[in-house]
Amino acid sequence: MAEPMGFFTDTSVCIGCKACEVACKAWNQLPARNGGKVQLSGISYDNTVSLSGIQWRHVKFIEDFAPDRSTGRWLMMSDVCKHCVQAACLEVCPTGAIIRTEFDTVVIQQDVCNGCRACIAACPFGVIEINPETNTAMKCTLCYDRLQAGMVPACAQACPTHSIQFGPISELRQRAQERLEQLHAAGVTQARLYGHDESILGGLNAFYLLLDEPEKYGLPSNPQLPSRNLAPSAALSAAGAVALGLLGLVGLRKQRMDRLAAEERGQGEGSHAG
Amino acid sequence: MPDSFFTHSPEWRWWIVFYFFIGGIAGGAFALSALLRLFGQPGDRPISRLGYFIAFPGSIISGLLLILDLKRPERFWHMLIQSETFRPAFKWWSPISVGSWGLLAFGFFSFLAFVGALAEIGWLPRGLSGLIQGSLGAVVNVLGGVSGFFLAGYTGVLLSTTNRPLWSDTVWLGLLFLVSGFSTGAALLLLLSWGRNTPTIRWLKELDTWTLVLELVVLVILLASVGTAVLRPVLFNAWGVLLLVGVVLVGILVPILLHFRPVLGRLTVPSAAVLVLVGGFILRVVMLLSSEAV
Repeated sequence: MAEPMGFFTDTSVCIGCKACEVACKAWNQLPARNGGKVQLSGISYDNTVSLSGIQWRHVKFIEDFAPDRSTGRWLMMSDVCKHCVQAACLEVCPTGAIIRTEFDTVVIQQDVCNGCRACIAACPFGVIEINPETNTAMKCTLCYDRLQAGMVPACAQACPTHSIQFGPISELRQRAQERLEQLHAAGVTQARLYGHDESILGGLNAFYLLLDEPEKYGLPSNPQLPSRNLAPSAALSAAGAVALGLLGLVGLRKQRMDRLAAEERGQGEGSHAG
Repeated sequence: MPDSFFTHSPEWRWWIVFYFFIGGIAGGAFALSALLRLFGQPGDRPISRLGYFIAFPGSIISGLLLILDLKRPERFWHMLIQSETFRPAFKWWSPISVGSWGLLAFGFFSFLAFVGALAEIGWLPRGLSGLIQGSLGAVVNVLGGVSGFFLAGYTGVLLSTTNRPLWSDTVWLGLLFLVSGFSTGAALLLLLSWGRNTPTIRWLKELDTWTLVLELVVLVILLASVGTAVLRPVLFNAWGVLLLVGVVLVGILVPILLHFRPVLGRLTVPSAAVLVLVGGFILRVVMLLSSEAV
Protein backbone atom coordinates (compact mmCIF):
# COMPACT_ATOMS: atom_id res chain seq x y z
CA MET A 1 0.00 0.00 0.00
CA ALA A 2 1.18 3.48 -0.85
CA GLU A 3 1.60 6.03 1.89
CA PRO A 4 -1.71 7.49 3.20
CA MET A 5 -2.40 10.69 1.27
CA GLY A 6 -4.84 13.49 1.97
CA PHE A 7 -5.67 17.15 2.30
CA PHE A 8 -4.79 19.69 4.94
CA THR A 9 -7.16 22.64 4.52
CA ASP A 10 -5.95 25.78 6.26
CA THR A 11 -9.11 27.91 6.47
CA SER A 12 -7.15 30.91 7.77
CA VAL A 13 -5.87 31.61 4.25
CA CYS A 14 -8.99 30.71 2.25
CA ILE A 15 -10.21 33.74 0.27
CA GLY A 16 -13.43 32.17 -1.04
CA CYS A 17 -12.39 32.32 -4.69
CA LYS A 18 -14.00 28.94 -5.45
CA ALA A 19 -11.19 27.91 -7.76
CA CYS A 20 -11.29 24.53 -6.02
CA GLU A 21 -14.99 24.10 -6.84
CA VAL A 22 -14.42 24.97 -10.48
CA ALA A 23 -11.33 22.77 -10.83
CA CYS A 24 -13.16 19.84 -9.21
CA LYS A 25 -16.16 20.24 -11.51
CA ALA A 26 -13.97 20.58 -14.58
CA TRP A 27 -11.75 17.57 -13.89
CA ASN A 28 -14.52 15.27 -12.72
CA GLN A 29 -16.97 16.46 -15.42
CA LEU A 30 -19.67 17.24 -12.88
CA PRO A 31 -22.81 19.05 -14.06
CA ALA A 32 -23.89 22.50 -12.87
CA ARG A 33 -26.68 22.96 -10.33
CA ASN A 34 -30.18 23.77 -11.60
CA GLY A 35 -29.19 22.81 -15.11
CA GLY A 36 -26.81 25.77 -15.22
CA LYS A 37 -29.50 28.36 -14.43
CA VAL A 38 -28.39 31.13 -12.07
CA GLN A 39 -30.20 30.80 -8.76
CA LEU A 40 -29.21 32.84 -5.73
CA SER A 41 -29.24 30.93 -2.45
CA GLY A 42 -29.50 33.91 -0.13
CA ILE A 43 -26.63 32.47 1.93
CA SER A 44 -23.91 35.11 1.73
CA TYR A 45 -21.83 34.62 -1.44
CA ASP A 46 -22.55 30.91 -1.42
CA ASN A 47 -24.61 29.75 -4.39
CA THR A 48 -23.59 26.11 -4.38
CA VAL A 49 -25.13 25.64 -0.90
CA SER A 50 -23.64 22.31 0.20
CA LEU A 51 -21.66 19.27 -0.78
CA SER A 52 -23.68 16.92 -2.97
CA GLY A 53 -23.48 14.26 -5.65
CA ILE A 54 -22.49 16.93 -8.18
CA GLN A 55 -20.63 19.24 -5.79
CA TRP A 56 -17.57 17.50 -4.34
CA ARG A 57 -15.89 20.70 -3.15
CA HIS A 58 -17.95 23.40 -1.48
CA VAL A 59 -16.69 26.76 -0.22
CA LYS A 60 -18.57 27.88 2.86
CA PHE A 61 -19.05 31.59 3.56
CA ILE A 62 -19.80 32.08 7.24
CA GLU A 63 -20.79 35.62 8.21
CA ASP A 64 -19.81 35.82 11.87
CA PHE A 65 -21.24 39.09 13.16
CA ALA A 66 -22.08 40.21 16.70
CA PRO A 67 -25.81 40.84 17.21
CA ASP A 68 -25.17 44.60 17.43
CA ARG A 69 -22.91 44.42 14.33
CA SER A 70 -20.08 46.04 16.34
CA THR A 71 -17.70 43.26 15.35
CA GLY A 72 -17.75 40.96 12.39
CA ARG A 73 -15.67 38.67 10.24
CA TRP A 74 -16.05 36.30 7.35
CA LEU A 75 -14.98 32.72 7.88
CA MET A 76 -14.33 30.78 4.71
CA MET A 77 -13.71 27.09 4.33
CA SER A 78 -13.45 24.75 1.39
CA ASP A 79 -15.31 21.64 2.52
CA VAL A 80 -14.77 18.17 1.10
CA CYS A 81 -15.12 14.46 1.92
CA LYS A 82 -12.99 13.75 4.99
CA HIS A 83 -11.77 10.32 3.76
CA CYS A 84 -12.10 9.10 7.36
CA VAL A 85 -9.76 6.37 8.57
CA GLN A 86 -12.87 4.80 10.16
CA ALA A 87 -15.40 5.64 7.46
CA ALA A 88 -19.11 5.46 8.31
CA CYS A 89 -20.13 5.21 4.64
CA LEU A 90 -17.79 2.31 3.99
CA GLU A 91 -19.02 0.60 7.14
CA VAL A 92 -22.71 0.52 6.19
CA CYS A 93 -22.48 0.08 2.39
CA PRO A 94 -24.19 -3.28 1.72
CA THR A 95 -22.95 -3.80 -1.84
CA GLY A 96 -19.24 -3.29 -1.33
CA ALA A 97 -19.38 -0.31 -3.68
CA ILE A 98 -17.42 1.83 -1.21
CA ILE A 99 -13.78 0.83 -0.95
CA ARG A 100 -10.58 2.01 0.68
CA THR A 101 -7.86 2.63 -1.88
CA GLU A 102 -4.12 2.06 -1.70
CA PHE A 103 -3.80 5.76 -0.75
CA ASP A 104 -6.02 5.22 2.35
CA THR A 105 -8.76 7.28 0.68
CA VAL A 106 -12.42 6.27 0.37
CA VAL A 107 -13.97 5.85 -3.09
CA ILE A 108 -17.46 4.86 -4.31
CA GLN A 109 -17.29 2.47 -7.26
CA GLN A 110 -19.91 3.80 -9.65
CA ASP A 111 -20.48 0.49 -11.44
CA VAL A 112 -21.37 -1.24 -8.15
CA CYS A 113 -23.48 1.35 -6.25
CA ASN A 114 -27.22 0.62 -6.53
CA GLY A 115 -28.42 3.83 -4.89
CA CYS A 116 -29.70 2.46 -1.56
CA ARG A 117 -28.53 5.67 0.17
CA ALA A 118 -27.32 3.96 3.37
CA CYS A 119 -24.05 5.89 3.02
CA ILE A 120 -25.90 9.21 2.89
CA ALA A 121 -27.64 8.52 6.22
CA ALA A 122 -24.39 7.23 7.73
CA CYS A 123 -21.96 10.02 6.83
CA PRO A 124 -21.69 12.25 9.92
CA PHE A 125 -20.57 15.21 7.79
CA GLY A 126 -23.35 15.26 5.17
CA VAL A 127 -20.88 14.72 2.34
CA ILE A 128 -22.58 12.17 0.09
CA GLU A 129 -25.66 12.56 -2.09
CA ILE A 130 -27.12 10.99 -5.20
CA ASN A 131 -25.91 12.35 -8.54
CA PRO A 132 -29.16 12.77 -10.50
CA GLU A 133 -27.39 12.05 -13.80
CA THR A 134 -26.11 8.62 -12.79
CA ASN A 135 -28.55 7.84 -9.95
CA THR A 136 -25.64 6.62 -7.85
CA ALA A 137 -24.11 7.99 -4.65
CA MET A 138 -21.19 10.30 -5.34
CA LYS A 139 -18.57 12.29 -3.49
CA CYS A 140 -14.96 13.39 -3.73
CA THR A 141 -12.61 10.58 -4.84
CA LEU A 142 -9.58 12.63 -3.82
CA CYS A 143 -8.95 12.50 -7.57
CA TYR A 144 -8.15 8.79 -7.46
CA ASP A 145 -7.44 8.82 -11.18
CA ARG A 146 -4.95 11.66 -10.83
CA LEU A 147 -3.29 10.04 -7.80
CA GLN A 148 -2.79 6.83 -9.75
CA ALA A 149 -1.01 8.90 -12.40
CA GLY A 150 1.17 10.61 -9.79
CA MET A 151 -0.68 13.93 -10.08
CA VAL A 152 -1.98 16.35 -7.45
CA PRO A 153 -5.81 16.48 -6.98
CA ALA A 154 -7.43 19.19 -9.10
CA CYS A 155 -8.63 21.35 -6.19
CA ALA A 156 -5.25 21.48 -4.46
CA GLN A 157 -3.58 22.21 -7.77
CA ALA A 158 -5.94 25.15 -8.40
CA CYS A 159 -5.92 26.70 -4.90
CA PRO A 160 -4.05 30.03 -5.24
CA THR A 161 -3.42 30.59 -1.51
CA HIS A 162 -2.34 27.05 -0.53
CA SER A 163 -5.39 26.82 1.71
CA ILE A 164 -5.80 23.30 0.29
CA GLN A 165 -2.57 21.37 0.65
CA PHE A 166 -2.10 17.84 -0.64
CA GLY A 167 0.50 15.30 0.42
CA PRO A 168 1.37 12.38 2.66
CA ILE A 169 -0.68 12.56 5.88
CA SER A 170 2.36 12.42 8.17
CA GLU A 171 3.92 15.40 6.39
CA LEU A 172 0.64 17.36 6.36
CA ARG A 173 0.20 16.81 10.11
CA GLN A 174 3.62 18.24 10.77
CA ARG A 175 2.91 21.22 8.54
CA ALA A 176 -0.46 21.81 10.25
CA GLN A 177 1.14 21.75 13.70
CA GLU A 178 3.72 24.33 12.65
CA ARG A 179 1.02 26.60 11.19
CA LEU A 180 -1.06 26.26 14.37
CA GLU A 181 1.90 27.26 16.52
CA GLN A 182 2.55 30.20 14.22
CA LEU A 183 -1.06 31.41 14.57
CA HIS A 184 -1.08 30.94 18.35
CA ALA A 185 2.17 32.94 18.58
CA ALA A 186 0.50 35.68 16.52
CA GLY A 187 -2.34 35.84 19.06
CA VAL A 188 -4.96 33.86 17.11
CA THR A 189 -5.72 31.75 20.15
CA GLN A 190 -8.99 30.36 18.79
CA ALA A 191 -7.15 28.54 16.00
CA ARG A 192 -7.36 24.77 16.28
CA LEU A 193 -6.90 21.61 14.23
CA TYR A 194 -9.84 19.34 13.42
CA GLY A 195 -9.39 15.69 12.49
CA HIS A 196 -5.58 15.76 12.54
CA ASP A 197 -5.30 12.96 15.10
CA GLU A 198 -7.06 9.68 15.91
CA SER A 199 -9.65 11.30 18.21
CA ILE A 200 -12.11 11.85 15.34
CA LEU A 201 -13.02 8.62 13.53
CA GLY A 202 -9.48 7.32 13.73
CA GLY A 203 -8.25 10.43 11.95
CA LEU A 204 -9.50 12.38 8.95
CA ASN A 205 -7.40 12.13 5.80
CA ALA A 206 -8.85 15.53 4.90
CA PHE A 207 -8.33 17.58 8.04
CA TYR A 208 -8.62 21.26 8.86
CA LEU A 209 -7.22 24.24 10.61
CA LEU A 210 -10.22 26.20 11.91
CA LEU A 211 -10.44 29.64 13.46
CA ASP A 212 -13.37 28.82 15.75
CA GLU A 213 -15.42 25.91 17.09
CA PRO A 214 -16.21 23.16 14.56
CA GLU A 215 -19.98 23.79 14.85
CA LYS A 216 -19.50 27.30 13.49
CA TYR A 217 -18.19 25.72 10.28
CA GLY A 218 -21.04 23.16 10.17
CA LEU A 219 -18.81 20.36 11.43
CA PRO A 220 -19.93 17.98 14.23
CA SER A 221 -17.83 18.20 17.37
CA ASN A 222 -17.86 14.48 18.06
CA PRO A 223 -18.78 12.51 14.92
CA GLN A 224 -19.22 8.80 15.46
CA LEU A 225 -19.62 5.56 13.55
CA PRO A 226 -23.21 4.33 12.99
CA SER A 227 -22.23 0.91 14.35
CA ARG A 228 -22.10 2.34 17.89
CA ASN A 229 -25.87 1.70 18.05
CA LEU A 230 -25.88 -1.70 16.38
CA ALA A 231 -25.25 -4.02 19.34
CA PRO A 232 -27.54 -2.32 21.90
CA SER A 233 -30.32 -1.82 19.35
CA ALA A 234 -30.13 -5.43 18.11
CA ALA A 235 -29.95 -6.77 21.68
CA LEU A 236 -33.05 -4.84 22.73
CA SER A 237 -34.94 -6.11 19.68
CA ALA A 238 -33.88 -9.70 20.35
CA ALA A 239 -34.97 -9.38 23.99
CA GLY A 240 -38.29 -7.96 22.77
CA ALA A 241 -38.78 -10.92 20.43
CA VAL A 242 -38.20 -13.32 23.33
CA ALA A 243 -40.59 -11.33 25.54
CA LEU A 244 -43.33 -11.32 22.88
CA GLY A 245 -42.85 -15.05 22.29
CA LEU A 246 -43.19 -15.71 26.01
CA LEU A 247 -46.25 -13.46 26.19
CA GLY A 248 -47.83 -15.58 23.46
CA LEU A 249 -46.87 -18.83 25.19
CA VAL A 250 -48.29 -17.69 28.52
CA GLY A 251 -51.58 -16.90 26.75
CA LEU A 252 -51.65 -20.29 25.02
CA ARG A 253 -50.91 -22.07 28.32
CA LYS A 254 -53.69 -20.14 30.05
CA GLN A 255 -56.05 -21.08 27.23
CA ARG A 256 -55.14 -24.76 27.60
CA MET A 257 -55.62 -24.65 31.39
CA ASP A 258 -59.04 -23.03 30.96
CA ARG A 259 -60.06 -25.70 28.48
CA LEU A 260 -58.87 -28.54 30.75
CA ALA A 261 -60.68 -26.98 33.71
CA ALA A 262 -63.84 -26.70 31.62
CA GLU A 263 -63.51 -30.36 30.55
CA GLU A 264 -63.02 -31.47 34.16
CA ARG A 265 -66.05 -29.46 35.21
CA GLY A 266 -68.01 -31.05 32.39
CA GLN A 267 -66.90 -34.56 33.45
CA GLY A 268 -67.71 -33.78 37.10
CA GLU A 269 -71.19 -32.62 36.17
CA GLY A 270 -71.55 -35.66 33.94
CA SER A 271 -70.64 -38.10 36.77
CA HIS A 272 -73.07 -36.31 39.14
CA ALA A 273 -75.77 -36.64 36.55
CA GLY A 274 -74.84 -40.35 36.14
CA MET B 1 -26.54 21.53 17.99
CA PRO B 2 -26.59 17.70 18.27
CA ASP B 3 -24.10 16.00 15.97
CA SER B 4 -26.84 14.18 14.05
CA PHE B 5 -27.99 17.51 12.55
CA PHE B 6 -24.88 17.90 10.38
CA THR B 7 -25.93 15.04 8.11
CA HIS B 8 -27.86 14.80 4.84
CA SER B 9 -31.20 13.08 4.35
CA PRO B 10 -31.12 9.72 2.51
CA GLU B 11 -34.63 10.50 1.26
CA TRP B 12 -36.12 7.23 2.39
CA ARG B 13 -39.76 8.15 1.94
CA TRP B 14 -43.05 6.46 0.98
CA TRP B 15 -41.72 3.21 -0.53
CA ILE B 16 -39.82 2.66 2.71
CA VAL B 17 -42.75 3.73 4.91
CA PHE B 18 -44.93 1.09 3.21
CA TYR B 19 -42.13 -1.48 3.36
CA PHE B 20 -41.63 -0.98 7.09
CA PHE B 21 -45.40 -1.26 7.63
CA ILE B 22 -46.03 -4.29 5.39
CA GLY B 23 -42.82 -6.06 6.38
CA GLY B 24 -43.75 -5.60 10.04
CA ILE B 25 -47.21 -7.07 9.49
CA ALA B 26 -45.86 -9.99 7.46
CA GLY B 27 -43.17 -10.80 10.03
CA GLY B 28 -45.54 -10.40 12.97
CA ALA B 29 -48.28 -12.50 11.34
CA PHE B 30 -45.83 -15.34 10.62
CA ALA B 31 -44.40 -15.24 14.13
CA LEU B 32 -47.93 -15.53 15.56
CA SER B 33 -48.77 -18.39 13.20
CA ALA B 34 -45.57 -20.16 14.17
CA LEU B 35 -46.43 -19.81 17.87
CA LEU B 36 -49.88 -21.29 17.22
CA ARG B 37 -48.45 -24.18 15.19
CA LEU B 38 -45.67 -25.03 17.60
CA PHE B 39 -47.51 -24.62 20.88
CA GLY B 40 -51.23 -24.38 20.05
CA GLN B 41 -54.07 -26.80 19.42
CA PRO B 42 -55.55 -28.23 16.20
CA GLY B 43 -58.35 -25.66 16.61
CA ASP B 44 -55.78 -22.88 16.12
CA ARG B 45 -54.91 -24.03 12.59
CA PRO B 46 -57.33 -21.83 10.59
CA ILE B 47 -55.86 -18.66 12.12
CA SER B 48 -52.28 -19.85 11.69
CA ARG B 49 -53.04 -20.57 8.01
CA LEU B 50 -54.35 -17.04 7.70
CA GLY B 51 -51.00 -15.82 9.03
CA TYR B 52 -49.15 -17.79 6.34
CA PHE B 53 -51.48 -16.37 3.68
CA ILE B 54 -50.56 -12.86 4.87
CA ALA B 55 -46.83 -13.49 5.33
CA PHE B 56 -45.78 -14.72 1.88
CA PRO B 57 -47.51 -12.01 -0.20
CA GLY B 58 -46.21 -9.53 2.39
CA SER B 59 -42.63 -10.70 1.78
CA ILE B 60 -43.06 -10.38 -2.01
CA ILE B 61 -44.50 -6.86 -1.70
CA SER B 62 -41.68 -5.97 0.73
CA GLY B 63 -39.02 -7.04 -1.75
CA LEU B 64 -40.69 -5.11 -4.57
CA LEU B 65 -40.96 -1.95 -2.47
CA LEU B 66 -37.28 -2.16 -1.56
CA ILE B 67 -36.29 -2.59 -5.20
CA LEU B 68 -38.48 0.33 -6.24
CA ASP B 69 -36.80 2.53 -3.64
CA LEU B 70 -33.32 1.94 -5.09
CA LYS B 71 -32.03 4.66 -7.39
CA ARG B 72 -30.68 1.88 -9.62
CA PRO B 73 -33.35 -0.85 -9.20
CA GLU B 74 -31.77 -3.06 -11.90
CA ARG B 75 -28.81 -3.49 -9.54
CA PHE B 76 -30.90 -4.83 -6.63
CA TRP B 77 -28.99 -8.11 -6.77
CA HIS B 78 -25.82 -6.29 -5.69
CA MET B 79 -27.32 -6.50 -2.18
CA LEU B 80 -26.84 -10.28 -2.24
CA ILE B 81 -24.15 -11.01 -4.81
CA GLN B 82 -20.92 -9.09 -5.35
CA SER B 83 -21.15 -7.77 -8.88
CA GLU B 84 -17.41 -8.12 -9.55
CA THR B 85 -16.74 -11.59 -8.17
CA PHE B 86 -20.25 -13.12 -8.02
CA ARG B 87 -19.55 -14.22 -4.48
CA PRO B 88 -22.18 -13.66 -1.77
CA ALA B 89 -22.25 -10.07 -0.47
CA PHE B 90 -22.72 -10.20 3.28
CA LYS B 91 -21.67 -7.76 6.01
CA TRP B 92 -22.99 -8.70 9.43
CA TRP B 93 -22.35 -5.18 10.69
CA SER B 94 -24.44 -3.55 7.93
CA PRO B 95 -28.18 -3.78 8.74
CA ILE B 96 -29.16 -3.34 5.07
CA SER B 97 -26.93 -6.25 4.11
CA VAL B 98 -28.21 -8.50 6.90
CA GLY B 99 -31.76 -7.31 6.24
CA SER B 100 -31.54 -8.27 2.55
CA TRP B 101 -30.56 -11.81 3.50
CA GLY B 102 -33.15 -11.83 6.29
CA LEU B 103 -35.92 -10.83 3.87
CA LEU B 104 -34.75 -13.53 1.44
CA ALA B 105 -34.84 -16.13 4.23
CA PHE B 106 -38.25 -14.93 5.37
CA GLY B 107 -39.54 -15.06 1.79
CA PHE B 108 -38.29 -18.65 1.49
CA PHE B 109 -39.83 -19.94 4.72
CA SER B 110 -43.06 -18.00 4.26
CA PHE B 111 -43.31 -19.49 0.75
CA LEU B 112 -42.94 -23.00 2.15
CA ALA B 113 -45.60 -22.29 4.79
CA PHE B 114 -47.85 -20.70 2.14
CA VAL B 115 -47.62 -23.86 0.03
CA GLY B 116 -48.24 -26.00 3.12
CA ALA B 117 -51.31 -23.97 4.03
CA LEU B 118 -52.72 -24.25 0.49
CA ALA B 119 -52.20 -28.01 0.72
CA GLU B 120 -53.98 -28.13 4.07
CA ILE B 121 -57.12 -26.58 2.58
CA GLY B 122 -56.96 -28.91 -0.40
CA TRP B 123 -55.82 -26.46 -3.10
CA LEU B 124 -52.55 -28.33 -3.56
CA PRO B 125 -51.68 -32.04 -3.08
CA ARG B 126 -52.24 -33.00 0.57
CA GLY B 127 -48.72 -34.32 0.92
CA LEU B 128 -47.36 -30.79 0.81
CA SER B 129 -49.11 -29.97 4.08
CA GLY B 130 -46.08 -31.63 5.71
CA LEU B 131 -44.37 -28.28 5.17
CA ILE B 132 -46.30 -26.90 8.15
CA GLN B 133 -46.97 -30.13 10.02
CA GLY B 134 -44.79 -32.67 11.81
CA SER B 135 -41.06 -32.30 12.22
CA LEU B 136 -40.49 -30.55 8.85
CA GLY B 137 -43.29 -28.15 9.74
CA ALA B 138 -41.62 -27.45 13.09
CA VAL B 139 -38.36 -26.55 11.32
CA VAL B 140 -40.19 -24.27 8.85
CA ASN B 141 -42.10 -22.62 11.69
CA VAL B 142 -39.09 -22.10 13.94
CA LEU B 143 -36.87 -20.66 11.19
CA GLY B 144 -39.74 -18.71 9.61
CA GLY B 145 -40.83 -17.38 12.99
CA VAL B 146 -37.30 -16.23 13.85
CA SER B 147 -36.91 -14.55 10.44
CA GLY B 148 -40.39 -13.02 10.88
CA PHE B 149 -39.37 -11.47 14.19
CA PHE B 150 -36.16 -10.33 12.52
CA LEU B 151 -38.02 -8.70 9.62
CA ALA B 152 -40.33 -6.83 11.98
CA GLY B 153 -37.49 -5.46 14.10
CA TYR B 154 -34.36 -5.00 11.97
CA THR B 155 -35.86 -2.00 10.18
CA GLY B 156 -35.68 0.03 13.38
CA VAL B 157 -32.14 -1.21 14.05
CA LEU B 158 -31.27 -0.08 10.51
CA LEU B 159 -32.50 3.43 11.21
CA SER B 160 -30.57 3.58 14.49
CA THR B 161 -27.41 2.46 12.68
CA THR B 162 -27.08 5.79 10.87
CA ASN B 163 -26.09 9.28 11.95
CA ARG B 164 -29.47 10.93 11.28
CA PRO B 165 -31.52 12.99 13.75
CA LEU B 166 -33.90 10.98 15.94
CA TRP B 167 -32.98 7.62 14.37
CA SER B 168 -29.40 7.53 15.60
CA ASP B 169 -30.22 9.37 18.82
CA THR B 170 -31.90 6.28 20.30
CA VAL B 171 -31.37 2.52 20.39
CA TRP B 172 -35.07 1.75 21.01
CA LEU B 173 -36.42 2.02 17.44
CA GLY B 174 -35.77 -1.64 16.62
CA LEU B 175 -37.74 -2.81 19.64
CA LEU B 176 -40.54 -0.32 18.92
CA PHE B 177 -40.91 -1.51 15.32
CA LEU B 178 -40.76 -5.15 16.42
CA VAL B 179 -43.56 -4.68 18.95
CA SER B 180 -45.57 -2.64 16.45
CA GLY B 181 -45.07 -5.31 13.76
CA PHE B 182 -46.35 -7.94 16.19
CA SER B 183 -49.41 -5.86 17.16
CA THR B 184 -50.28 -4.92 13.55
CA GLY B 185 -49.82 -8.55 12.48
CA ALA B 186 -52.24 -9.63 15.22
CA ALA B 187 -54.63 -6.81 14.26
CA LEU B 188 -54.75 -7.90 10.61
CA LEU B 189 -55.39 -11.50 11.68
CA LEU B 190 -58.23 -10.30 13.92
CA LEU B 191 -59.67 -8.13 11.14
CA LEU B 192 -59.61 -10.96 8.61
CA SER B 193 -61.26 -13.37 11.07
CA TRP B 194 -64.10 -10.97 11.80
CA GLY B 195 -67.18 -12.76 13.08
CA ARG B 196 -65.38 -15.76 14.56
CA ASN B 197 -65.21 -16.16 18.34
CA THR B 198 -62.88 -19.05 18.93
CA PRO B 199 -60.32 -19.49 21.74
CA THR B 200 -57.65 -18.52 19.18
CA ILE B 201 -59.37 -15.19 18.54
CA ARG B 202 -59.61 -14.54 22.28
CA TRP B 203 -55.89 -15.35 22.61
CA LEU B 204 -55.07 -12.96 19.78
CA LYS B 205 -57.18 -10.17 21.31
CA GLU B 206 -55.55 -10.61 24.70
CA LEU B 207 -52.07 -10.77 23.17
CA ASP B 208 -52.66 -7.69 21.01
CA THR B 209 -53.82 -5.70 24.04
CA TRP B 210 -50.71 -6.53 26.06
CA THR B 211 -48.53 -5.87 23.02
CA LEU B 212 -50.10 -2.42 22.68
CA VAL B 213 -49.35 -1.70 26.35
CA LEU B 214 -45.74 -2.75 25.73
CA GLU B 215 -45.61 -0.57 22.60
CA LEU B 216 -46.73 2.46 24.59
CA VAL B 217 -44.08 1.81 27.25
CA VAL B 218 -41.34 1.41 24.63
CA LEU B 219 -42.48 4.57 22.82
CA VAL B 220 -42.29 6.60 26.03
CA ILE B 221 -38.81 5.22 26.84
CA LEU B 222 -37.70 5.95 23.27
CA LEU B 223 -38.81 9.58 23.42
CA ALA B 224 -37.18 10.01 26.83
CA SER B 225 -33.93 8.50 25.51
CA VAL B 226 -33.78 10.94 22.59
CA GLY B 227 -33.69 14.09 24.73
CA THR B 228 -35.20 17.52 24.15
CA ALA B 229 -32.30 18.90 22.11
CA VAL B 230 -33.31 16.51 19.32
CA LEU B 231 -37.05 16.28 20.06
CA ARG B 232 -37.55 20.04 19.88
CA PRO B 233 -36.65 20.47 16.18
CA VAL B 234 -37.86 17.01 15.08
CA LEU B 235 -41.08 16.30 16.97
CA PHE B 236 -42.20 19.49 18.72
CA ASN B 237 -44.26 20.33 15.64
CA ALA B 238 -47.00 18.80 13.47
CA TRP B 239 -45.15 15.45 13.42
CA GLY B 240 -45.34 15.29 17.21
CA VAL B 241 -49.06 16.04 17.12
CA LEU B 242 -49.52 13.26 14.56
CA LEU B 243 -47.55 10.91 16.81
CA LEU B 244 -49.67 11.75 19.84
CA VAL B 245 -53.04 11.66 18.08
CA GLY B 246 -52.44 9.08 15.35
CA VAL B 247 -50.27 6.61 17.23
CA VAL B 248 -50.73 7.06 20.98
CA LEU B 249 -54.43 7.93 21.02
CA VAL B 250 -55.90 6.30 17.89
CA GLY B 251 -53.48 3.42 17.49
CA ILE B 252 -52.86 2.42 21.11
CA LEU B 253 -55.12 3.93 23.79
CA VAL B 254 -58.48 3.65 21.99
CA PRO B 255 -57.90 0.00 20.94
CA ILE B 256 -56.89 -0.87 24.54
CA LEU B 257 -60.02 0.87 25.80
CA LEU B 258 -62.13 -1.01 23.27
CA HIS B 259 -60.66 -4.27 24.51
CA PHE B 260 -61.82 -3.62 28.05
CA ARG B 261 -65.09 -1.87 27.09
CA PRO B 262 -66.54 -3.36 23.89
CA VAL B 263 -68.89 -0.43 23.36
CA LEU B 264 -69.31 -1.01 19.62
CA GLY B 265 -70.85 -4.48 19.95
CA ARG B 266 -69.78 -6.86 17.18
CA LEU B 267 -67.92 -4.00 15.49
CA THR B 268 -65.62 -3.60 18.48
CA VAL B 269 -62.94 -6.10 17.46
CA PRO B 270 -62.65 -5.07 13.78
CA SER B 271 -62.76 -1.39 14.73
CA ALA B 272 -59.94 -1.84 17.23
CA ALA B 273 -57.98 -3.84 14.65
CA VAL B 274 -58.36 -1.12 12.02
CA LEU B 275 -57.22 1.51 14.52
CA VAL B 276 -54.15 -0.57 15.46
CA LEU B 277 -53.27 -0.86 11.76
CA VAL B 278 -53.76 2.87 11.22
CA GLY B 279 -51.59 3.62 14.28
CA GLY B 280 -48.88 1.21 13.09
CA PHE B 281 -48.78 2.93 9.71
CA ILE B 282 -48.66 6.42 11.21
CA LEU B 283 -45.85 5.29 13.53
CA ARG B 284 -43.69 4.45 10.49
CA VAL B 285 -44.71 7.70 8.77
CA VAL B 286 -43.75 9.86 11.76
CA MET B 287 -40.52 8.04 12.63
CA LEU B 288 -39.26 8.17 9.05
CA LEU B 289 -40.54 11.45 7.69
CA SER B 290 -40.06 13.64 10.77
CA SER B 291 -36.32 12.94 10.60
CA GLU B 292 -36.30 13.35 6.83
CA ALA B 293 -37.87 16.79 7.25
CA VAL B 294 -34.95 18.10 9.31
